[in-house]
Amino acid sequence: MQTKAIPGTLLLVSAFVLAALALIELSIGEQISWPQTANTLLLLLCAWLACSMARWRAALFAVGLAVSAVWLILLPYHALSTSVLALLAMVSVQRLARAPVPAGAVAGLLGLWLLWFWQILVTGYAVPQVILPAPLDILTALVDSVSMLAGDLVQTVLKSVLIGYLLGCGLGVGVALLIDRLPFLQRGLLPVASLTSTVPLVGVAPIAVMWFGFDWPSKAAVVVLVTFFPALVSTLAGLKASGRLEQELMYCYAATPRQNLLMLRLPAAMPFIFSALKVNATLALITAIVAEYFGSPTAGLGFRISTESARMHMPVVWSAIVVSSLAGSLIYALLVRLDRRVNFWHPSLRGGAA
Amino acid sequence: MTINRRLQLYALPVGSVLLAALILWYLLAFALNASGVIDRVLTPRGPWSSSDLLYASLNASRPLLPAPHQIIIDIWNSISQWPLTSPRNLLLHTWVTASAALTGFGMGVVLGVLLAVCIVHSHTLDKALMPWIVASQTIPVLAIAPIVLIILGSFGITGMLPKATIAMYLCFFPVTIATVQGLRSPQKMEMELVHTYAARRVDIFWMVRLPSSLPYLFPAFRVAIASGLVGTMVAELPTGAQAGLGARLLTGSYYGNTIQIWSALVMASLLGLALTGLVTFTERLVIRQRKGA
Amino acid sequence: MYAPESAVVSLKPTAATARPAIKVNQANVIYPAADQPVHALKDINLTIRQGEFVSFIGPSGCGKTTLLRAIADLEPISSGEVMVNDMSPSEARQAGAYGYVFQAPVLLPWRTVLTNVMLPLQIQGVPPERCDEIAREQLARVGLKGFEKKFPWQLSGGMQQRVSIARALGFEPKILMMDEPFGALDELTRDNLNQQLQQLWFNEQRTMVFVTHSISEAVYLSTKIVVMSPRPGRIVKVIDSPLPANRTLDIRDTPAFLQLASEVREALVEGHHDH
Repeated sequence: MQTKAIPGTLLLVSAFVLAALALIELSIGEQISWPQTANTLLLLLCAWLACSMARWRAALFAVGLAVSAVWLILLPYHALSTSVLALLAMVSVQRLARAPVPAGAVAGLLGLWLLWFWQILVTGYAVPQVILPAPLDILTALVDSVSMLAGDLVQTVLKSVLIGYLLGCGLGVGVALLIDRLPFLQRGLLPVASLTSTVPLVGVAPIAVMWFGFDWPSKAAVVVLVTFFPALVSTLAGLKASGRLEQELMYCYAATPRQNLLMLRLPAAMPFIFSALKVNATLALITAIVAEYFGSPTAGLGFRISTESARMHMPVVWSAIVVSSLAGSLIYALLVRLDRRVNFWHPSLRGGAA
Repeated sequence: MTINRRLQLYALPVGSVLLAALILWYLLAFALNASGVIDRVLTPRGPWSSSDLLYASLNASRPLLPAPHQIIIDIWNSISQWPLTSPRNLLLHTWVTASAALTGFGMGVVLGVLLAVCIVHSHTLDKALMPWIVASQTIPVLAIAPIVLIILGSFGITGMLPKATIAMYLCFFPVTIATVQGLRSPQKMEMELVHTYAARRVDIFWMVRLPSSLPYLFPAFRVAIASGLVGTMVAELPTGAQAGLGARLLTGSYYGNTIQIWSALVMASLLGLALTGLVTFTERLVIRQRKGA
Repeated sequence: MYAPESAVVSLKPTAATARPAIKVNQANVIYPAADQPVHALKDINLTIRQGEFVSFIGPSGCGKTTLLRAIADLEPISSGEVMVNDMSPSEARQAGAYGYVFQAPVLLPWRTVLTNVMLPLQIQGVPPERCDEIAREQLARVGLKGFEKKFPWQLSGGMQQRVSIARALGFEPKILMMDEPFGALDELTRDNLNQQLQQLWFNEQRTMVFVTHSISEAVYLSTKIVVMSPRPGRIVKVIDSPLPANRTLDIRDTPAFLQLASEVREALVEGHHDH
């Protein structure tokens, strides 16, 4: 019977070798550090546990690895032990990937390990905060400046982004509906609108500041400009998307153009409109933040990032970025939810059943 | 549709839309500049007529909205009257931005394709990395630009490379996602066919996966290069960079030189069109090669 | 399975008393093409009486679908005349004189089965409660009671086509036109649906015009078979069916059926050799 090599054999062998080296290194020092040695022995045990695919061993492996990781953070930095932990961490991700868990779990584990090693390595090698602050420092900065960041969030997201996004997408869809029966204008506007996607529209930010002032209206104006064109192009494409047979069906029923639009073409266009809405959401947030780099009053996430990085307060900068990312992900997740409710019928959202 | 037919169909509507936009621009320029011009230029001179007003508002030195011909003249002057190495020549700035964007794009494409190949061939990486790459689309990546510049700056890396790095960062996400989609696009039947030929994974990659991924790659390249350009221009802001279209935009806004801002913006748009056109041209070459002459 | 009785026309018309439901007079359909105009239909003369079940049969490209679409105002005629219920096709379409069933079910995927059947009624401005009532009736009639809340993709191909037929019958049109409605289905489902359709026609005596390329289907369903041939599309022969009006699937083994089927086959071969 052919035995299959267990996944991560190379990693495990390297882990054993490095653990042995670590033990040797620890024992030849003048003062034997018992906690370090115990930790390294624990890691050795974990590596041994990982050498088989039995379920109970995998569970013990996970528990042991977690304990060792927490312990290692409290101990002074030891390069060899950390390397052993790194190798075992890779094995753990590999094993989880083979288990029947949702993809999010594996990605989550990877993220957790990355955070871990970030924290250990940055504190261990005393990396200057300017280059890369430790995650805990970022967390403390976040907690300390919560009210300031909340104000920035309101300024950027609730004012510039939300208003600009709703206005821009609304105008895009509205104009598309208006020129629905005017093919001449459609043929004229469509190439122009598609080309604007190649142009760095964010560059109009200084002009917007000149016209609308420093505060959020100028940023919202840039967001409107940036979100208008994708919404227009996608809605036009969506309105053309209804099939020929469906159009003939409505023709047979002598439906008026308005009935045709409301009952057939608009619902059929929804998947296209929503894909533009999703793209526009991220685009709007990034545009608002970048527009603030060009000049802003004393609040706003972009403003915070650019001024605090000029002052070299990196933990605050990172916490502002974390807040922006969370905001962006939340908005996107909400849109995905809405998309699922409206476009439940689309093959891509119902698993492609015939 | 043949090129001729396409031209016939689109030339007139696009032409009229552009013409209408041009007329609208002139009207808007007149409307926006008029009051400022009245205060600063005409009243000190004495009595003025409406034609004076029209001429002055369309040729103001510090307009709220420059007229199109002002922008064109400014660009032309900057290109023709200054040597190519002078910071007053827009072509220099364009070249600085373009080189950084193209370098970043190249790096991003290589990184993205390599990553995609690894993801498609490794189950672990697929489950662990792909969700992050997809999720990263919702994160405002450009917000990280100042940080990247500072980190690289503290290592002594300045000049084009940090800008290219930011551009690379922006490019590789759409390229990775599209390449993964493309490499996975061969239908089940095609894959089963090469399986019956006992093809190795390497052969499958070159013979089936890579060719079928090409239609997905080029649209992503277009998006990537446009993002890369935006990234490069944004990267030129924080460090007070001396050259590049983004820097030019910033200095124009600091000194209130509207025409300079607009000229830089127009050049940036032309650059964007040129870069995207380059990608489309490469696409035509590659696809034409595949289809034979 | 299906509702046995239906409260529509009960009189079985005879050839002498029936008024022509559809009259086609010297109709021609010519498409302009790059090198040579395509003569899709040439000098078609046809009368379809009320209550008849007429099949158009022929090989691909013979114009049977084009003829049906011309009657339904989906294709323009180049010359000649088509009258539906003494109206032009366009007027007939506006007045809802006929129902049309396409080759595919063409159900709107974002609407439930019930609201799909309600679609033409909503377009015509029927009040909502009445729409609901009528739609439920029609669904019961095609044997899909209980499926009202389902979505089209949750049903099999045969069931989707039945919904499409229920929809076409919703506003009780005098004429039902069907363009190879069962072509995409497997044989057993086809047989089942053929039988249901036949019974539907027998109970209601609605005028039906049916396009098919299956000889046995045409012979089983129709009272009159129109054999067509291509290039240019024309009628080769019109065959009246001697089979009784009330049929079951067993009739397919009777000598009368086989005789009619071979007659149709001969006409098809004749048309094929004619050019």
